[in-house]
Amino acid sequence: MAEKFRTRFQAKLKNGITEVKILVSHPMDRESKTESGHFIEEVKCEHNGKVVMSGIWSGGISKNPYCAFKFKGGAKGDSVKFIWKDNLDNTRTTETKIK
Amino acid sequence: MNKQRRAFLKGALATGGAMAFGTTVLPQSAMADWSEKVSEAFSANSIEDISKALFENDGVIEETNNIFIDAPPIAENGAVVPIEITADIPKVESIVIIGEKNPTPLIAQFNFHEPENAVAWVKTRIKMSETSHVVIVVKADGKLYAARRKVQITVGGCGG
Repeated sequence: MAEKFRTRFQAKLKNGITEVKILVSHPMDRESKTESGHFIEEVKCEHNGKVVMSGIWSGGISKNPYCAFKFKGGAKGDSVKFIWKDNLDNTRTTETKIK
Repeated sequence: MNKQRRAFLKGALATGGAMAFGTTVLPQSAMADWSEKVSEAFSANSIEDISKALFENDGVIEETNNIFIDAPPIAENGAVVPIEITADIPKVESIVIIGEKNPTPLIAQFNFHEPENAVAWVKTRIKMSETSHVVIVVKADGKLYAARRKVQITVGGCGG
C-alpha cells in the first residue's frame, strides 16, 4: 500500500552551498468559504539540529508541492531534516544526509 | 485560520536555535500575537498590509531590480505555475510570495534563520487564479524590497 503523504527529500553539496529539494504527495486543497481545505501550513528544515529554514505555506502552493532552497555551508554526511505540518494536524519528518 | 500553528512553532523554539522572525527572537508570550499576525496576513489583500502583518514593519517597501522572478510569461495551467526567485541582496531573512489577484493573495513565506549563511533563492510551484502579477517581498538586513512579474494564465488555478 502506498505511503500516505510520501515525502521525498534530498540535500546536495556543491561549491560550498547545500541545495535542498523537497517533494511531498499532498492535495494542498485551498481553504474556501465552505471548506477548511487541506494544505501544508508550516515547514521547517534543520541542519545538524539547527533550524535553517522555516516557512508558512498555504493552499496557494500547488498540489504535490515542490520546493527547493539553499544554504551556505554543510558538509557531506551532515544530517538534514525536513518537517511539515498540515492544517489537519498531519505531520511528517524526513531525514537525510548531505551528499 | 486555526491556532495550531502556535503549538508547532512553540516546538521550534523549544528545539533550540534562535527562531528569528523578522529581526526579533520571540519570547513564548509573544507566540499568541504572532499567530494573530499570520492570520491577519492571510486575510490581507494588499502588499503593504501583508508586509505589515508579517514583518510588523511600517517601513517603505522598495521596488528593486535586484529580485529576479523566473516564471513563465504564459502559464497553461494556473494550478501549477513554477517560479524561481533569486535576490541579489545580502543578509536575506525572508522571502514572501504573493499572488496579486488570488482569493488569498499571500501564498507562502520562507524564513532563513542564519542570514549570513542564507542564500536568497527559492523555487516552488504556485497557483494563480487569473492573469496578474506574482509579487515577491524580501526582507533583508531589516529592510523590505519587492518586485513583481506578470504571468498570463490560460486556465485559472484556484479551483471553482
